[in-house]
Amino acid sequence: MNDDILLQIKDLCLDFPTRQGKVRVLHDVSLSLRKGETLGLVGESGCGKTMTALSIMGLQPGKIAKGEIIYRGENLANASEKRLQDIRGKEISMIFQEAMTSLDPVFTIGNQIAEVILRHENTSKELASERALAILRSVGIPAPDQRLREYPHQLSGGMRQRAMIAMALACKPSILIADEPTTALDVTIQSQIFDVLKQIQQEMNTSILLITHDMGTIVELAHRVIVMYAGRKVEEGLVKEVIQNPIHPYTQGLLKCIPNLEADPGPLRAELTEIPGVVPALTDRILGCPFSDRCSLSNMRCGQEMPKISFITNTHRVFCWQVIGAQ
Amino acid sequence: MLKLENLRTYYQLPKPHLFAKAPTVFAVDGVSFEVARGKTFGLVGESGCGKSTVALSILRLIESTSGSIFLKGIDLLRLQGEEMRRLRRHMQIIFQDPYSSLNPRSKARELVAEPLVVHKIGTSYEQKARVEELLSRVGLRPEQFELYPHQFSGGQRQRIAIARALASNPDFIVCDEPVSSLDVAIQAQILNLLVKLQREFELTFLFISHNLAVVQYICDDIGVMYLGKIVEKATRRLIFKNPVHPYTKALLSAVPAKDLAFKESLTRIKLQGDPPSPMNPPKGCRFHTRCAFAQKVCNEEEPDLKEVTTDHWVACHCNPA
Repeated sequence: MNDDILLQIKDLCLDFPTRQGKVRVLHDVSLSLRKGETLGLVGESGCGKTMTALSIMGLQPGKIAKGEIIYRGENLANASEKRLQDIRGKEISMIFQEAMTSLDPVFTIGNQIAEVILRHENTSKELASERALAILRSVGIPAPDQRLREYPHQLSGGMRQRAMIAMALACKPSILIADEPTTALDVTIQSQIFDVLKQIQQEMNTSILLITHDMGTIVELAHRVIVMYAGRKVEEGLVKEVIQNPIHPYTQGLLKCIPNLEADPGPLRAELTEIPGVVPALTDRILGCPFSDRCSLSNMRCGQEMPKISFITNTHRVFCWQVIGAQ
Repeated sequence: MLKLENLRTYYQLPKPHLFAKAPTVFAVDGVSFEVARGKTFGLVGESGCGKSTVALSILRLIESTSGSIFLKGIDLLRLQGEEMRRLRRHMQIIFQDPYSSLNPRSKARELVAEPLVVHKIGTSYEQKARVEELLSRVGLRPEQFELYPHQFSGGQRQRIAIARALASNPDFIVCDEPVSSLDVAIQAQILNLLVKLQREFELTFLFISHNLAVVQYICDDIGVMYLGKIVEKATRRLIFKNPVHPYTKALLSAVPAKDLAFKESLTRIKLQGDPPSPMNPPKGCRFHTRCAFAQKVCNEEEPDLKEVTTDHWVACHCNPA
């Protein structure tokens, strides 16, 4: 079982230097990604999901204060920049939310895909562009030979996102980090991109780390999910477990506060459950559970001591004092 | 309250060269619907389908090409100058992005007071009292009234935008994607607030969104737009329980829903490719290029919006009444 684990993050802490001193943005985040699986990271903006992903690539703005990022036995947290450059794009690659700003506007799509291949593999330009063509075809871009010679602004939003996926996949990486891959897209285009991601995962057995704020996307794509809040992991489990039996009050709130699309809609404008208040600022010093000031179940202990892990099932775990109290 | 008849809004693009004809964008091409007092009408569709153009046309923030817009029986498109200005206090808009729709140099209090000053409503003392009442109604604390927009979070900024829209005591408010740029937990707060205010002030909403779940939650009637036209229009219950137009079905099945039972109840229709450009909409039914059920008649003749059952209007050749 443990042999399948491709990437493991252990107790990762990340600090940002600010004028007010160091600010900790990630607190003891741990996760493991198995071969061929999709792991979702879900949470509101500022909860640290993107920072976790950037840390894997060594692209984080701050400093890793503590923890290990183990990829195939190698700790990336203290790998050299040169080594990281070899890994980026070849072993682990990333796609971003805004395809327009992540693609270079002055190079053709073909050029940008070939660049990745040429950087990592000892091959000729001709072979590289042939591979670029093949990969564009595999992500479902119509008329790929023509698109290869086009610039990013000539493509539509969905097409650009496909081109970026193609670029990320050019060297057949074992891990693909997808940071809000469909947030900027329309729903019909979004479902096309979902299909592309599912298909490449099946074909190449890629592991995907999916970062999103949308539970719907998680249900659609992921096998397991980690819910993050204020730089901490609050709940983790199989998607089915977390959706059907959310334990942490934050996860419950997150699931209930969005109106759900139903075939037989409930009463019109029934009051939605809201999570009161706002996410704590990063500069706030939090002793206990970060959610305690917004939680309806919180008591003295929640505000003072960080909850320990409790296991609901083998795969489903949660950080909440209420669960520990109930057991 | 509000009635649109065959509204058309075209944009002229700059000429590509001196002697060329200016290309036209058919952003809204014959849209009609009605909204009764105190109700919410939802417009859904993908980006570029013309839903925001409808909103801006109603407020006359852009000029329409033809058609009529009746607000309380008055045709807005025939009003000029002072008459239009006087009517503006009865209609307001809440935009998607509270980061760019609030003047960064004005305090919360000044932002909300602005419509009152512009329309010369009340004495300065009354204005002050009204502003404070509104800001507390939307859930801001008195010590926050003197802050600037950048000192607020996204949700709080949207609350200021809502207070400002309510300031002139309008009857009709356009909500153009009011929660799309907010975090999910904040969305619920803003939706609850909108619903509460609608009840208290008997507001009529035109609610524009690409998020079908939000539309299902808040709207009495819903119109689905595709390339500048309404392709299906019905009550909330009918649209979701019995969608008829293939585009509506595709849209519904594309939503990543948490409710797996609902997903399975739908015949999954996958759309290929991107929507065509509104500069050059396809002949016949505008959806035929992506429609799985397209027949010969679809590429030739444009289907009219017909009532298939009571209160359920569909523009499709495949589903005649």
